[in-house]
Amino acid sequence: MNLDCLFFVFGIVAAVTAVIMITRSNPVISALFLVLNFAALAGLYLTLNAQFIAVTQIIVYAGAIMVLFLFVLMLLRPENEKKFLELNPKIKIFAMVVAFVVFAQLAYIIFFARPSQNISKDLAKSVEAGTIESIGRELFTNYIVPFEAAGFLLLAATIGALVLAKKKFD
Amino acid sequence: MNITIEYYLILSAFMFFVGVAGVLIRRNAIVVFMSIELMLNSANLTLVAFSSYLGNSIGQLFVFFVMTVAAAEAAVGLAIIIAIFRNKLTVNIDEINILKW
Repeated sequence: MNLDCLFFVFGIVAAVTAVIMITRSNPVISALFLVLNFAALAGLYLTLNAQFIAVTQIIVYAGAIMVLFLFVLMLLRPENEKKFLELNPKIKIFAMVVAFVVFAQLAYIIFFARPSQNISKDLAKSVEAGTIESIGRELFTNYIVPFEAAGFLLLAATIGALVLAKKKFD
Repeated sequence: MNITIEYYLILSAFMFFVGVAGVLIRRNAIVVFMSIELMLNSANLTLVAFSSYLGNSIGQLFVFFVMTVAAAEAAVGLAIIIAIFRNKLTVNIDEINILKW
């Protein structure tokens, strides 16, 4: 019963902060609301018994990636954007139509496929799946090649970021 | 009241919708990047929800990989934005039109 109410608390926070994030004209405020959104998502992962992913979400997303974003934002100091209502109406209509079509497709699939008919939650298995032990066992046995590839990708991204940020475009 | 998997999926679909709208509406390249992060996170929520409801840890493994790719993408993307800012002194995507004809 308590877990149910936690889903609604975190879910509403996640949805509201996402909307606030795309509607603020000051990008720094957008970034701070995105951090709050990531924190709410970490809470949702905890309600799903995914302890390792919840901690990683806080450390990697809220800790590392968003600090990088905020750092670049404060370095570049971009001016405030136009408000949504002052935008070109063509862009506005196009954006909302595309976004609603995407949402309608997803909602249609979810409501007509009804995945909960075939899935019943087994609490013990769910808790077991979220532990570091079971994720680590999969990661270092069956998924060792993707894991090494991810490490190589991070190395390539580090070198690429250095090269791009160092050299001036001609 | 029982929380079924549809609640998580609808929340995830809504976050994806907000992310798509953000990419198309916002004119600041950094905020467009943040909207892409929002979409990646909504996909992560779907993966974790299915992983938890099916009792299988592989979905959470893929979230781990998505986070790796997101970190790499953010680093390279922000480096590109800094390089463009040096050249054009703006991050507004309407003014970055060197590839437009």
